[in-house]
Amino acid sequence: MSDLAKLTLAEARAGLAARRFSAVELTKALLAAIQQGNDALNAYVLTTPEIALKQARDSDKRLAKGKARPLEGLPIGIKDLYCTKGLRTTACSNILGEFIPTYESTVTQNLWDAGAVMLGKLNCDEFAMGSSNETSRFGPVVSPWRRHGSNVALVPGGSSGGSSAAVAADLCLAATATDTGGSIRQPAAITGTVGVKPTYGRCSRWGIVAFASSLDQAGPIAKTVRDAAIMLRHMASADPKDSTSVDAPVPDYEAGLSDGVKGLKVGVPKEYRVDSMPGEIEDLWRRGIAWLRAGGATVREVSLPHTKYALPAYYIVAPAESSSNLARYDGVRFGAREPGADLIGTYEATRAAGFGAEVRRRVLIGTYVLSAGYYDAYYLKAQKVRTLIRRDFDTAFGEVDVLITPTTPGPAFGIGEVLGDPIQMYLNDIFTVPVNMAGLPGISVPAGLSSEGTPLGLQLIGPPFGEATLFRAAQVIEDAAGRFSPPEAWWLTRRPGK
Amino acid sequence: MEIDEKTVRRIAHLARIRVTDAEAKALKKELSGILDWAKQLNEVDTSTAEPMTRVTPMTLKRRTDVVNDGEMADAIVKNAPMSANHFFLVPKVVE
Repeated sequence: MSDLAKLTLAEARAGLAARRFSAVELTKALLAAIQQGNDALNAYVLTTPEIALKQARDSDKRLAKGKARPLEGLPIGIKDLYCTKGLRTTACSNILGEFIPTYESTVTQNLWDAGAVMLGKLNCDEFAMGSSNETSRFGPVVSPWRRHGSNVALVPGGSSGGSSAAVAADLCLAATATDTGGSIRQPAAITGTVGVKPTYGRCSRWGIVAFASSLDQAGPIAKTVRDAAIMLRHMASADPKDSTSVDAPVPDYEAGLSDGVKGLKVGVPKEYRVDSMPGEIEDLWRRGIAWLRAGGATVREVSLPHTKYALPAYYIVAPAESSSNLARYDGVRFGAREPGADLIGTYEATRAAGFGAEVRRRVLIGTYVLSAGYYDAYYLKAQKVRTLIRRDFDTAFGEVDVLITPTTPGPAFGIGEVLGDPIQMYLNDIFTVPVNMAGLPGISVPAGLSSEGTPLGLQLIGPPFGEATLFRAAQVIEDAAGRFSPPEAWWLTRRPGK
Repeated sequence: MEIDEKTVRRIAHLARIRVTDAEAKALKKELSGILDWAKQLNEVDTSTAEPMTRVTPMTLKRRTDVVNDGEMADAIVKNAPMSANHFFLVPKVVE
């Protein structure tokens, strides 16, 4: 039974279509895996077995009638940033208390309409602010990966750490995630999974708890490139409820997956070769370039001169937008409330009690850079730098079709190792943040293991709405590198229940 | 050092977040560190760049100016910490 949990989304789809197993059997296998493994990993913050089994029974009826929808009967996990009607949604923050949305996010509604089965809500950093999933009100997520000969608990990356851990540990077939500065790609890279941050506007942001609205995008974390392509197709849509969603048809990303990279022009941005880059990351990068070249791509160096300024500009823009977005948590309309002497006192007490240290830090930075006298020096300056970053990419995409870079500056670190140093933590996103600043699509695909035996990923970046090309190139890397799974399922600590 | 403790208190009040004395001290250090680090943006010549206002070149969509939902007072106050008769309850504001 537990072997069903190990299937990819595409394999499970084929198995259901051929009636080799039922959606209920598949769902029960995943629920059993969660029951056995979630205590050790803390990936799910809410499980929904009754909903899952009800959906699965419905899927079996449709399958029997030959009326299967595209994701019929496929069990997935949902990051707790997505509002789910009638189910507690917290953004993993205390300030949302026991908030139960009375509406469903557009992306999750699209997935349910396509027949997917909901296993539960996945852990993440508080308001998606973090690179290690250590800022969650529910505590850290533990990666299913361990260093060679070590029991040290490693981070699964963040902010979508519950999503990356659950996919890597076979506690779901695929998961939704969100990416504001790298929160899909970085956790995917360090857990050996595939993560896609689509072009800004490809997926509706409606019903997803807002962090930084000009940067946030929904996307999938999945076991394979094909699975990620399947997921994105059914997450994306034009949505009248999000005025920044794009009215363009969603391509069948799966259709072109095996077209290869013959004739593709690949750019290698020289500014990504940072001084402190570990040798194994450089080697990984070189191997990725060689695989694309072997597939018939032409490779050339390109320049993105403002790369090093993307991270500091991001840490002005993102906190500024978050300070504005998070102003809604006032203890009046929803979420937790901490009484004070008067209304202002109630606001201040509620927000002091409800926000964790990292969220508070960012709201205060954002408030400062937007305040009178500092707006021009910080916020306006950062928005100008952002224009230059976008211009760099526009120039590069005049010459090449896709860029290849490492996803992260290194492999997974241990829980607690970096938490005390904000800037050190921010540096995790040095290669992913520029993509958000320019609104571009990016994918992280597993490409090898570190000397510690833990996964490393390569990032492909495309021009706006270049997702199909990214999937095609990522497939070439996956075919060459193979897939990476934790060597031993040590997290299955509890015996299966009834 | 960009920020002193008084400034931390001022922005904390603007952000409606209560901070203790010990927290203000720690925040002074953390926020100054982050802002000092962000100062490197001053090296960039931005004289030719307009500030970015939208990440993708698109005109904002418009819709017909008609009421398209409503009559959901129950749903709106459902998650309120305190409410009565479809009103949110807050401490007294006007004497």
